[in-house]
Amino acid sequence: MTTRIVELRRGILKKNDELAAGLRSRFTSAGVLVLNLVSSPGTGKTAFLERTLRELRGRGAHVAALVGDLETDNDARRLAASGAPVRQINTHGICHLDAEMIGKHLDGWQGVSLAGLNYLFIENVGNLVCPSSYDLGERIRVALLSVTEGEDKPLKYPGLFNSADAAVITKMDIAGPCGFDRELALKNLNEIRPGMRVFETSARTGEGMEAWLAYLAEQARPS
Amino acid sequence: MHELSIAASIVEAVSESASAYPGSRVKEVRLRVGALASVVEDSLQFCWELATQDTPLTGALLVIRKLPVVVHCDGCGVDAEVDGVQSLRCPRCGALAADLRQGRELEIESIELDEPEPNEPGMGGEAKPVEERK
Repeated sequence: MTTRIVELRRGILKKNDELAAGLRSRFTSAGVLVLNLVSSPGTGKTAFLERTLRELRGRGAHVAALVGDLETDNDARRLAASGAPVRQINTHGICHLDAEMIGKHLDGWQGVSLAGLNYLFIENVGNLVCPSSYDLGERIRVALLSVTEGEDKPLKYPGLFNSADAAVITKMDIAGPCGFDRELALKNLNEIRPGMRVFETSARTGEGMEAWLAYLAEQARPS
Repeated sequence: MHELSIAASIVEAVSESASAYPGSRVKEVRLRVGALASVVEDSLQFCWELATQDTPLTGALLVIRKLPVVVHCDGCGVDAEVDGVQSLRCPRCGALAADLRQGRELEIESIELDEPEPNEPGMGGEAKPVEERK
């Protein structure tokens, strides 16, 4: 027997990365801004997204959402209350969305054409670890954390927070009773992803939504 | 727990590459994994055994090389290795450094194959050089 070493130097998730690159160029040529929302279960992604969809529609924007969960279409039904087209992706046990699932669910989505949209939101499966490795072709990855989760969440999950372009703090209306240390949370986010944009919001009271919507409008503007 | 998906992706990629060397057996697979790649080494090793079961990669060793986080510090004008993953600061001047140069890698670096000697009775039992078989 002889030994041979073969240099591969290839990404383990190359297949996903290639599919994601294909999606990204599709999104870019359609002129739709795509965001991937990632957080733990229970952070309030769905409530935040529901409010975002409603506010954007109220301003005349064309919006749609894909929502990932292991099982049930509960979130899709909640989001559909905003009036926006919503499609549920059930992963049946898989802890993250991948580019192939996104591609499959874009095809044959009745009444939705990418070119007719201003914004497409992808609500990932509630998980702060696995989604960080899977590019979905999004332009902006948003990491969410709620005031009930602890200020050190970014330090516990640095991989995910470092991979995000912006962070949203949710449930700010109960920050006081929760003893949320805002300064510490902001500091921790900045240590993991220096210079990251952070939005402090409440889907219930609408606090912070204006700044978030202004950010979306600024990002959607053709450069 | 996405290490099983990761392990399955490695098996797929390595099997594809190894198929270019008929008669060979994969002995070792070497990875480069950044400290911010969100991959747990023990968990990946565990999943590797599961993912390689009943495949030509059964018994192949998975060697994981961990890469530390490296940032570029504008102030110092250098790339510097960060201690840990809790704070992306330049170790020289202490300033926050957003420009990440290493730490998110999730790569197969190389594979090591055992190949039959050209004159060794192996696949097909002929003493022909490997190159001439096809």
